[in-house]
Amino acid sequence: MGGMLLQLKGIIKEFPGVRALDNVDMDVAEGEIHALVGENGAGKSTLMNVLSGIYPHGSYKGEIIFDGKTCAFSTMRDSEKLGIVIIHQELALVPYMTIAENMFLGNERGSAFNIDWDETRRKSDEFLRMVGLHESSQTLVKDIGVGKQQLVEIAKALAKNVRLLILDEPTASLNENESQKLLGLLLDFKKQGMTSILISHKLSEVSQVADRITIIRDGRTIETLIKDKDDIGEGRIIKGMVGREMNSRFPARTPKIEEITLEVKNWTVRHQLYEERLVCEDVSLNVRKGEVVGISGLMGAGRTELAMSIFGRSYGHGIKGSIFINGREIHLKNTRDAIKNGIAYVTEDRKGNGLILSNSLRVNITLSNMSKVSTHKRIDTDLERMVAEEYRKMLQVKCSSIEQNADNLSGGNQQKVLLSKWMFAEPEILILDEPTRGIDVGAKYEIYKIINDLVSNGKSVLFISSEMPELLGMCDRIYVMSEGRIVSELSREEATQEAIMSSILGTGDPIKKTA
Amino acid sequence: MSRTMEIIKKNAMLLVLVLVMLIFQMLIVYNNKGSLFASRNITNLIAQNGYVIILATGMLLCILTGGNIDLSVGSQVCLIAAIGATLIVKNGVNIYIGIAVCLGSGILLGAWQAFWIAYMRIPPFIVTLSGMLAYRGLARVILKGLTISPVPAEFTRYFGSFLGGGNDLQAKLRFSLILGAAVVVMLIVFVVHSRIVKVRKKYQVEPALWMGIKYAVTCAVLMFVFYSFGKDRGVPVVLILLSIVVLAYYYYTSKTVPGRYLYALGGNEKAARLSGVNTNGVMFFAYTNMGFLASIAALVCLARFNSSFPDLGRSYEMDAIGACFIGGASAYGGVGTVGGALVGTIFMGVLNNGMSILGVDQNWQEVIKGSVLLAAVIWDILSKKRKTAA
Repeated sequence: MGGMLLQLKGIIKEFPGVRALDNVDMDVAEGEIHALVGENGAGKSTLMNVLSGIYPHGSYKGEIIFDGKTCAFSTMRDSEKLGIVIIHQELALVPYMTIAENMFLGNERGSAFNIDWDETRRKSDEFLRMVGLHESSQTLVKDIGVGKQQLVEIAKALAKNVRLLILDEPTASLNENESQKLLGLLLDFKKQGMTSILISHKLSEVSQVADRITIIRDGRTIETLIKDKDDIGEGRIIKGMVGREMNSRFPARTPKIEEITLEVKNWTVRHQLYEERLVCEDVSLNVRKGEVVGISGLMGAGRTELAMSIFGRSYGHGIKGSIFINGREIHLKNTRDAIKNGIAYVTEDRKGNGLILSNSLRVNITLSNMSKVSTHKRIDTDLERMVAEEYRKMLQVKCSSIEQNADNLSGGNQQKVLLSKWMFAEPEILILDEPTRGIDVGAKYEIYKIINDLVSNGKSVLFISSEMPELLGMCDRIYVMSEGRIVSELSREEATQEAIMSSILGTGDPIKKTA
Repeated sequence: MSRTMEIIKKNAMLLVLVLVMLIFQMLIVYNNKGSLFASRNITNLIAQNGYVIILATGMLLCILTGGNIDLSVGSQVCLIAAIGATLIVKNGVNIYIGIAVCLGSGILLGAWQAFWIAYMRIPPFIVTLSGMLAYRGLARVILKGLTISPVPAEFTRYFGSFLGGGNDLQAKLRFSLILGAAVVVMLIVFVVHSRIVKVRKKYQVEPALWMGIKYAVTCAVLMFVFYSFGKDRGVPVVLILLSIVVLAYYYYTSKTVPGRYLYALGGNEKAARLSGVNTNGVMFFAYTNMGFLASIAALVCLARFNSSFPDLGRSYEMDAIGACFIGGASAYGGVGTVGGALVGTIFMGVLNNGMSILGVDQNWQEVIKGSVLLAAVIWDILSKKRKTAA
């Protein structure tokens, strides 16, 4: 390993009222994969924003030394010029442009008044080969899946002569296979001498690829673990992140399962836009009172589509099949009907489909059940405040007040607000779609506790997740979906990672499906 | 310190308005052109801006649904005024029936556009652009390109006359002051009562000092305005109408469930739909309601101009849109208040009025108004940016 490529020394960044970074130190050696881990709100993103110049020089204290020189970036462009490229969790690609156009956006070949498209194409094909993406550079970005889009982002970074590649949660929306492929790519690049910083909540991946791991907590560097010298197992990392040993990642619960509350029979759904495509085919499932039922499957297996179509036909076309609640058949025309019948759907996309980001916590929490805080359509704002306050305390949402806007909260806290909102709707059946995506270990544990509280209060929970350990740790029963069908139903005893994977694989090649 | 800053930030537009008023007053007095706060001018300000307040309130609801605007309101005003004038003036229809037909046709005009916007999801910009052309054309057809006047006094009585008017100056002043005092007393009773209720239920209340100052100033302004009315022609009837509209929509947007849904729709339509909000219905209401308010504005204009003519309402939509954005409504929807739209309207009104008194060239007036609108939006967006960066 070479010398130090990057040194961050005593970085302090303050926002009005909070010190987001408090004397953070971090060294990245030439040619290593350096993982940066910490709970949500620990300051990882802030640190990367300081490094990449999004927070300009002067707005923070401390020193950035890159390649032996002290740097003072005033914009992102300055840092990119030196080869520091950051790939954000939310991909920054333009859907209606081709892969090639996206790759050289802001970095066009040729001159400003005469773009050299031939060169652009040649170059993009070259970089696409490097990242192992077999797509034409003329394909529109909207037509490829998230996994491939992630690769396009990496190719785009390579095109900028990257020296330090920063990946912020690159595998958050990828399935197991795609994730492994991406990590493999990182290791390949390392062999070729590239340096990268990996920010991830998926600690198994971190232990798998990282050479060194810097852990930050509450804006401070806690420690740096070194591969082959320290223990870099998940348990050890978690201990550093939360400051204590986590004995169990899943809170215990004694199941008290009663009669069937929700039953779906022969449910078939067609794609919203391409009506000839079936996204769910002949799905039958049931959930009992006091039970957590998991739905496992690869991305694109049709789980979200199934959930949303059950939730008042909020997705899909030509829906066929029947829904029974407490043994009685019901017809749900829209989401309002679904809510009235005691179903709640907590979306996987909390920013896009879940919260009104420009509104306060208070407004968000009461939105799906306004009648509870109003009489004759007149809102009792005072009562609303009390309710919001109650949920804030119950779920321990970290915020300055219930009047704070939802967009200023961290991911885990936004998720709690979203859960509050649906708990306030007083449903009997909650469909939770990836409720712990992109949130840290501590917050995950709290969400699990909330789920356990819900079922022990007699609710039914349908739990969709891409993280198998989570489903195995939380569910009483697991359905496995693949290509729009339920391919197996596993009891708690039967369910193992291997069992789930083999039922998925039993029906076809998983890589082909996710394309 | 931070609390004071917060209050200033929250009321920045209001403070700027006061500042602009003071600057105009200084310039006007310095140039010996009378006074911005002359009794006659206060009454004029209300008469000149009455229709803008009504339209801005309706426009605010449209903007809240997602930064959507209604370009057709000026033409709607013209068409409805044409219908009203044709019925009442030309055909001698009973004025109450005439008014009812006007309100009804406003709702229809609005609903026509609202249908395409809400249920067929045609972009509002296109639908209302078409309305802007078509309604104006229809108005010309009805008017045959001519002006219809005068409007019967029986009609103007409801929209353009003055209460407590008459020749007894003493009585007029007394009437205005009593009415003003009544309004102030009602305001104080309401405010104190709601505070007592809040304290009893242990809810959070504003600091007493700040609240005292706020309402003392409000009451003083109110009393001054009513005093000015008394000194001039009496209390304008249209003010009552304006107060009802502003209060009703203030209440609607801030205290009711359908009002809340407007903000939800504009803030995040998908999330609103998944929360059981009938988003199409909310959208439909916003644009139908715009038609309804345009018809009220049309009645006010008909009385004020005492006639209906083909160019009536030209660029009124721009006044309304401008007032909303100056008043802090977000160009992306989901943010904005009726109070803000009111402040925005008064701001634009004072700007117009002040520049006219000073004798600023009409063309330069437009340049200045345009710049102020841009500045307001820039300021709004920059201040938000700073907030998110923090």
